[in-house]
Amino acid sequence: MPLLQVKNLDKQYGGNPLLSAISFSLKKGEILCLLGPSGSGKTTLLRMLSGLELPDGGEIFFGEKAMAGVPPHKRNFGMMFQDYALFPHKNIIENVCFGLEMQNWPQSKQSQRATEMLALVGLQGFEQRRLETLSGGERQRVALARSLAPQPRLLLLDEPLGSLDRTLRDHLAGEIRTILKSQGVTAVFVTHDQSEAFTVADQIAILHHGRMEQLAPPEHLYRQPANAAVAKFLGFQNIIDLTSNPAAIPAAVLKLAGSFHPETKLLLIRPEAARIATNIGSNSLVTIQGVMTKRIFQGQMFQVRIKVGALSLSFSLSIDPSPPEVGSHITLELNPAAIVPLQGEMRS
Amino acid sequence: MNISSKKNSSLLGSRRLLLVVPLIFLGLFYFYPLLKIFLLSFFPEGVWDKGEIVRLLTSTSVLKTVWFTCWQAALSTFLTLIVALPGAYIYAHYRFPGKRLVQILTTIPFVLPTVVVATAFRALLGHGGLVNTLAIKYFGFSQPPIALEQTIYFFLLAHVFYNYALVLRIVGSFWAGLAPELNHAASLLGASPWTTFRKITLPLLLPAIGSAALLVFIFCFTSFGVILILGGPGYATLEVEIYRQAVHLFNLPMAATLSIIQILINFLLMWIHAALSEKSNLSWFGSGRSGILKPVKSTLEKFYVGSHLLFVLGLLLAPMLALIVRSFLSDSGWTFDFYNALLQPLTNSIFYVPPVTAILNSIGFALATMTLALLLGLSASSYLALSTNQGKAFWDAIIMLPLATSAVTLGFGYIITLNKPPLNLRDSVFLVILAHTLVAFPFVVRSLLPAIRQIPHSLREAATLLGASPKQIRWTIDFPLLRPAILVGAIFAFAISMGEFGASSFVTRPQTPTMPVAIFRFLSQPGEMNYGQAMAMSTILMVVTATAFLFLEKLPSRFGER
Repeated sequence: MPLLQVKNLDKQYGGNPLLSAISFSLKKGEILCLLGPSGSGKTTLLRMLSGLELPDGGEIFFGEKAMAGVPPHKRNFGMMFQDYALFPHKNIIENVCFGLEMQNWPQSKQSQRATEMLALVGLQGFEQRRLETLSGGERQRVALARSLAPQPRLLLLDEPLGSLDRTLRDHLAGEIRTILKSQGVTAVFVTHDQSEAFTVADQIAILHHGRMEQLAPPEHLYRQPANAAVAKFLGFQNIIDLTSNPAAIPAAVLKLAGSFHPETKLLLIRPEAARIATNIGSNSLVTIQGVMTKRIFQGQMFQVRIKVGALSLSFSLSIDPSPPEVGSHITLELNPAAIVPLQGEMRS
Repeated sequence: MNISSKKNSSLLGSRRLLLVVPLIFLGLFYFYPLLKIFLLSFFPEGVWDKGEIVRLLTSTSVLKTVWFTCWQAALSTFLTLIVALPGAYIYAHYRFPGKRLVQILTTIPFVLPTVVVATAFRALLGHGGLVNTLAIKYFGFSQPPIALEQTIYFFLLAHVFYNYALVLRIVGSFWAGLAPELNHAASLLGASPWTTFRKITLPLLLPAIGSAALLVFIFCFTSFGVILILGGPGYATLEVEIYRQAVHLFNLPMAATLSIIQILINFLLMWIHAALSEKSNLSWFGSGRSGILKPVKSTLEKFYVGSHLLFVLGLLLAPMLALIVRSFLSDSGWTFDFYNALLQPLTNSIFYVPPVTAILNSIGFALATMTLALLLGLSASSYLALSTNQGKAFWDAIIMLPLATSAVTLGFGYIITLNKPPLNLRDSVFLVILAHTLVAFPFVVRSLLPAIRQIPHSLREAATLLGASPKQIRWTIDFPLLRPAILVGAIFAFAISMGEFGASSFVTRPQTPTMPVAIFRFLSQPGEMNYGQAMAMSTILMVVTATAFLFLEKLPSRFGER
């Protein structure tokens, strides 16, 4: 029995559909990431879960209970806001205690719980500090502690790392997952950043133009994107249209494509699929030949672009052996497992 | 040896000069009169007399005056808050057609000269006002049914009229700027809407409400024209009492003592206000985006918004409309007589100076004030904006001091100071211009300073590296970028001078009255012609000030938040 069930949610804004036919369910203790570019409707979906916004159609069930008609303050859902929305007239512990106060916890229990929560997020001793004295990362932790303190039945996080810098984000994303898992919290996490989603989520839902394109665990999502929109959003560049110009596609790739469903029109070659060919002629690998057009050293790997016939393909290559200079010929072996069919057709 | 630091220090040397002229001006025409007030109060006969001032300070009439001044200001503030806070909520949360227009209309009263406001209220609710005239004519009353004239209610009403926009703007924009996420966060943590308001919104709004309330209190505390004209002889605030003691009773030591009380309380209030606004200036405006405004949808909302707007527009527009109507309406019907009379020197007029002279005087004084205040303001604000000197906060405060001094006190200081050598300006029109400039100067600085500070220093550096001399930079970079702010300052100075009454009531000479002084004289005289001419001249003054204000509203940046 799933904890949260969303059935056919619709939302319009000024006559235009903002979200259409969104359905999914979430088990207790799972973390779901809503991943999508800005304008995909992910924040609106989160706000409808919270009750701050009402759907135009569809239903949300929590356990057995329909949420329609339950105001936000009666849901006992927690929410972490993008700007944290910490109360500026209260100090740290007063902020964390607010939800407990609303649940009428006894004073002593309140401060005990708040202190525990602050310790959980690594802010021991910050109880009496003023908000202005905290850094962005520290505020983010206070917001997390505040939303966790009243033991919400569901925690909603709206781009909680959005306003932090890259290094801090990567670090805190992992930490948020550890904390959420240690508390056994069921959570919905909104982000536009795939690496953040991969780090935090048990399940990722890709939203695009108000539709849910795919719902899958991170690894599955990466290995097998459902369609071109998902693949593009994940940053994949080697999307080959089998219908447009078959002559331009390397024979080996075409041959492999022949083993897919006959309706397949699009093919994805993941960037880590290739390595510089050593034993030419091996049958288990797909071999392609081309000319180097770009070669960027990025530390852990080389980012290269290769012109194969009319196609231009990008790959991440191991730094050993070092790939040849731009303009040279190169032969690559592709791992067939990294060449996958995409559903549907090319659309923007 | 660092070349640039050497250059900077020499530049700073010349920058100090920028401060010297404004300081000399303040010294001669602000601090010197103030000092004379002190001397007059403590040395009434030229010798130190502690007994005299103690006697004056503890006399029941002085204490009564102080008490009444505070009490009426507190009551006015309370009433204004009651009327304006619901408006602030509407302003911060709803969008509706015509909102901007309503906003502008409700702000006009705030910029009107006090004399015009007082005249407008007499035109509406006074003894011979529109409501009473209509009641007698069409509803068969034998006596005017509304007898507000010379009661406290009359000027309380005028104070609400005056300050509504102030509370609306300060609290409303602060409220609109509160991040809606704070309420949402409280709601998701289990707070009901009422608890959210009590525990989150209200505590966050308090500094803004406090700041607005304090400003209203200060304005009502120093209210002069409105109380003098609407309150009649029965009511004396400190300002009115200073005027009476000095002008009618020639009790100069008494007036000086009252002035000192006024100055001290004023400084205290301004200091509290400064401290408060510093505290409320924390960065809790979310991410800078303001909340999303909702349309007025439900019947309840429609009723609430509609009834408030009707009430407020009625309260604010009725006196202004009544003033216009009354200026065209005589006992015998519609007429242009009052306007015509303004232009003709009638021999039987009590006025031995033709009214048109007052209009020309006012315009002349306003232009002179504008020029002088701009020159001083540009010079002072350049120093304040460009100086890296530690002491500039101090000088900033010094320059703002005239704001904390009531115009009546200034006027009084002028007549006891500048009427004899070394500075005998008593019979000179300069006295009026100087007084007006002193009142306008802080406003000009406040309009220019942010604009000068906003010019990125890199622009000047880029111009230097492209070969511009300091003088060229001033004319090709600074001046064009500052033009809007200079215009704002100029209009401010012009409008302030046109409407100034407190100081003018002391320093204008009988043969060179300004418009507000002329209106006051008309109102103090009996007869329909005098009354009508007061209405007509007030209407002209109202149109001029409102036009200046509308022009400011049209200007981009800082004026009128959107």
